[in-house]
Amino acid sequence: MNTESESKIRPEMAKQLPSERRYNFSEVALGYNRGEAVAEAKRCLDCKKPLCIEGCPVGVDIPLFIRQIAEEDFDAAARTLKSTNSLPAICGRVCPQETQCEAVCILGKKKDSDPIAIGGLERFVADYEMKKGVMIPEILESTGRSVAVVGAGPAGLTAAAELAKMGHAVTIFESLHSAGGVLVYGIPEFRLPKAIVAAEVDFIRKLGVDICLNSVIGKIDTVDELLEEYDAVFLGTGAGLPLFLGIDGENLNGVYSANEFLTRVNLMKAYLFPEFDTPIKKGSRTIVVGGGNVAMDAARCAIRLGSEEVTIVYRRGEDELPARAEEVVNAKEEGVRFRLLTNPIRILGDENNWVTGMECINMELCEPDESGRCRPVALSGTEHNIPADIAIIAIGTSPNPLVPMTTPGLETARYGTIVADETGATSKPGVFAGGDIVTGSATVISAMGAGKVAARAIDEYLGRV
Amino acid sequence: MSFTILKKHELVPTVYLMGIAAPRVAKKAMPGQFVILRIDEHGERIPLTIADFDAQTGTITLIFQKIGKTTRQLASLAAGGSIADVAGPLGKPSVIEKFGTVICVGGGVGIAPIFPIARALKSAGNRVISIIGARSADILFWEDRMNEASSELHITTDDGTKGHHGFVTEVVQNLLEHGGHSGQIDRVIAIGPPVMMRAVASVTKPFGVKTVVSLNPIMVDGTGMCGACRVLVGGETKFACVDGPEFDAHEVDYTLLMSRLAMYLPEEKEALEPYEH
Repeated sequence: MNTESESKIRPEMAKQLPSERRYNFSEVALGYNRGEAVAEAKRCLDCKKPLCIEGCPVGVDIPLFIRQIAEEDFDAAARTLKSTNSLPAICGRVCPQETQCEAVCILGKKKDSDPIAIGGLERFVADYEMKKGVMIPEILESTGRSVAVVGAGPAGLTAAAELAKMGHAVTIFESLHSAGGVLVYGIPEFRLPKAIVAAEVDFIRKLGVDICLNSVIGKIDTVDELLEEYDAVFLGTGAGLPLFLGIDGENLNGVYSANEFLTRVNLMKAYLFPEFDTPIKKGSRTIVVGGGNVAMDAARCAIRLGSEEVTIVYRRGEDELPARAEEVVNAKEEGVRFRLLTNPIRILGDENNWVTGMECINMELCEPDESGRCRPVALSGTEHNIPADIAIIAIGTSPNPLVPMTTPGLETARYGTIVADETGATSKPGVFAGGDIVTGSATVISAMGAGKVAARAIDEYLGRV
Repeated sequence: MSFTILKKHELVPTVYLMGIAAPRVAKKAMPGQFVILRIDEHGERIPLTIADFDAQTGTITLIFQKIGKTTRQLASLAAGGSIADVAGPLGKPSVIEKFGTVICVGGGVGIAPIFPIARALKSAGNRVISIIGARSADILFWEDRMNEASSELHITTDDGTKGHHGFVTEVVQNLLEHGGHSGQIDRVIAIGPPVMMRAVASVTKPFGVKTVVSLNPIMVDGTGMCGACRVLVGGETKFACVDGPEFDAHEVDYTLLMSRLAMYLPEEKEALEPYEH
């Protein structure tokens, strides 16, 4: 057994060294090995009233799967995970466990003690199962009911998997040529390998879910047309529209939305140009505006593309960075610079319409605003220029209006989100929604949670009608 | 699931016609809309305007010029082959109403997308005066189809090998000054290279005739997700894929459009190199 002092600390997950990984797109975190996973699992107190389950948006039975790891029954652990979470290899990698399940772990409340590495253990089990060959769970007898799911992102995939397991015939309509939504176009290979996404999507297909790619709902079919063919519709169309700053110079060549930059790199594999046909401007000096995970992803992609100087410009301070702390550390280790309390005023360009830099101003934080975060205020007289040939705007996204625009009777709220109750039911009978299209941009796991809740509500609805 | 190529032939040198089985797209397509296609796993996503569509047979017709790597590769495919991905119909359809007399201008490959618009406008009861132009007679196509789709057809070639010796704009100017055979011109729609569209816009502006152009910026997803296709119209940034592709010709910033279209020229050249030997 571990000594008392050792057992307070979780094993550190092996990572590619910064000096190596800044030149490749391979996965950064390498996962626990068997010994590390079992040792870590044995630290779990197996609480009588496990708070971690409540901390999980999809309600994974965390103490049970951890106990099964400790007992080295990894197949059972995989079954436990999959019974509540259809995408564990993805969640184990990209969930912000530190603010969810791990944040409420009793071990983490003790002095000098780490919470159980729930994310790392989830990933270990999911990867173990993937290597071994995925088991297909029991699927209930066909109900004769059918559901159309719009969008193959985290919300749609989860809703589809749950509905399929309940015995409903499910068809997903996805606008892009690949299923996964933000998991394939947004999150980079080095954080979430696309082979992992493909394997988990394949699992969902094996549950009997039909995935129609290249199908832009609102264009090829409207929601009303889907309702003629299907008994219910789930909308998980996400927050796909890029926001811009609205400052001068944003249409200069060399200015990208983070969505475009990441889509070119991740979905279209522009980092392998010209082996893959989609080009991307590599640039020698890159500025990324924003402080969230998307900004970190864009900055770390720019490093890997060979940009010599990559700078994050963020208007608040270090403590206010919305990105996961782990991703900020990774970015810093890879050489990303941070210009905090700095806000862009305009983007500068040359006579050929190319970016040459960004005029910025220093900020200071004042009293918290209604969102609870300190409001940044510009300090006049501190204007300065930062040279750059690429600028990436990563200040957020807004809901995609294609479906709301073409669906009469579907109530939307301010900023274009679809109005849905706590079960996902919208103002239109038979139509449910969940994920970023309802909440505005949030996390993969919260979208999955919404997909799961809506699946239950759809199942009930189908029993009624 | 991929999309089968039903026919392909070279219409005129470097310009190809391709018929693709895409029943769901064909059923919903309207004049002025486009598709995004990706040839294979390594391919880029490129927008192509739908030149014709037939819901009965479930086919769409695309016309493209062999310019870059992707269009060269597309031109090398044959009937019976397939394309990995075709997504559409995308963009807002052309506004088809009874306007009165409408001038439809198609320049170069722009003849292809203007065709279904002219046809629909004529069906809607408009008097359609079409002008199609090319550098030279040997690269002018669809004269017969445009003739059918129009009440009156004018042809221009830069070198004078067919029709009016000169540019489409000169015919537009003449029609605006003399009002064609029926008097007033109520609307102009121009599709072609950006320089041509800019020239048409500057000719029609003094006459105060509502003029529409269809913009062809670089796109990636085509559903409003990336913003690669942003254009400046009336001082406002718009996404051509979802807000367009048709815009008020008098409000478009053509300089920005052209500079953004040139953004990847070095990369396009690099991608093309293996094809040049």
